[in-house]
Amino acid sequence: MIELKNVDKSFDSKHVLFDINAQFLSGKNNLIIGSSGGGKSVMMKCMVGLERPDSGHIVFDDRDILSLEEKDLRDVRKEIGMLFQGTALFDSLTVEENIAFPLEMFSKMTAAERRERVNFCLKRVNLENINSKYPSEISGGMKKRVGIARAIALDIKYLFCDEPNSGLDPITSRLIDELINEITKEYGITNVINSHDMKTVFDIGDHIIFLFQGRKWWEGNRADLKHAQKEIKELDDFIKASYFE
Amino acid sequence: MNLRFFYYFGHYLLFMKSMISRPEKTNIFFKRLSEEMYKIGIGSLPIIAITALFIGAVTTVQTAYQLVSGLIAKSVIGTIVSDSTMLELGPTISCLVLSGKVGAHIASEIGNMRISEQIDALDVMGINAAGYLALPKILAGLLMIPLLNIIAITLSIYGGYMAGELSGILTHDEFIAGARSTFKGFTMVFSTIKAFTFAFIITSVSSYQGYYTTGGALGVGESSTRAVVYSSVLVLFFDYILAEILL
Repeated sequence: MIELKNVDKSFDSKHVLFDINAQFLSGKNNLIIGSSGGGKSVMMKCMVGLERPDSGHIVFDDRDILSLEEKDLRDVRKEIGMLFQGTALFDSLTVEENIAFPLEMFSKMTAAERRERVNFCLKRVNLENINSKYPSEISGGMKKRVGIARAIALDIKYLFCDEPNSGLDPITSRLIDELINEITKEYGITNVINSHDMKTVFDIGDHIIFLFQGRKWWEGNRADLKHAQKEIKELDDFIKASYFE
Repeated sequence: MNLRFFYYFGHYLLFMKSMISRPEKTNIFFKRLSEEMYKIGIGSLPIIAITALFIGAVTTVQTAYQLVSGLIAKSVIGTIVSDSTMLELGPTISCLVLSGKVGAHIASEIGNMRISEQIDALDVMGINAAGYLALPKILAGLLMIPLLNIIAITLSIYGGYMAGELSGILTHDEFIAGARSTFKGFTMVFSTIKAFTFAFIITSVSSYQGYYTTGGALGVGESSTRAVVYSSVLVLFFDYILAEILL
């Protein structure tokens, strides 16, 4: 489980996150939703260590990452996988080298063991025989799946997905959602998804946090969302604007 | 002086400091180092060879054109070509060319990784991105650019000799006698010190510019341009400083 306690973040004079308290549950798809500029990306960046909050605590299973020594922080980071919005695959490496990269860096596997693990991960994301292709030679949906395969190459405990459906057609989007959901449940991962795709929210969202103008406006599960929509105007506006009923 | 200079200089020093950490895996570090040595060294060899040959040839022809007095021995041309090549033309002109070729390549490669979140991916994995990306490039530059300088000097002198011989400006013996007459070992040491200094400037400034790229494709272009301009100006500035200090 990941817990945010009183997290505050500003950039110069612009206050982006206001006293955020939230919990992200193990084995669940935890979705952060909200409109652009609402603080979702900054919140995720704080959680993965790309930004440092001005105050507060970010606790990964009893380990406050903001007060850890560099060595201990690296150990936590080895338990984190991330699927970036633009996939962030290394374009000078082949698909196989991309997935093997964290294994080569952090495991003691032999080349044969690494190859076996790469093939297992590729198979898990329903891709095969693209080992020697470069990211520029595969489609957007395949890149996302390779991104997921790279994220799960090590035995991770936390998965962060930043806009996993952006730039994908609706059918591929659903396939990616299903894949993320399966992997989360199968490995018991704490999954944090940053999205404004309401179809994703209603399909796989177990635990949902709605951010509005840098503040946590609502938190609950999928079943409560429809009810909350009736009571919270900002949430209602956000859901209606997505044209999803 | 503009105070922003101190801000950016301090930021550059912090970037250099951030690179200093034990590599995650030594074998991966050496693999990356050898890849960068190949890219910088072998990749730059053709342009350096062409530049050096023509500079040597042109120096011979232009020196001969300026020597209008029959009282000056033609062997002086060999002296001027070899000394000016070792002192200035070899290291400085080669490194100005490399500022464009290597500097722009480093800045655009790292800059592109920055805007496509590849550097963020390294950070999330817990890898020291600056150390992983920039350190092998800087070390490769420090190892390969002085070697390229020696090749440039050799080819430039050879180009000068060939131009003199083919155009009948001076004979083989005159050129060699002139080139040997004033040769001092320190000239080569000085030339190598310059090449080391320029190598560090080109690779570190370009890595810094690439690493802190902002914006999209336009930002990558701007970083590459800044890398070339700043490293070229710094090469010329340190060319003067080193000449003042060491000669």
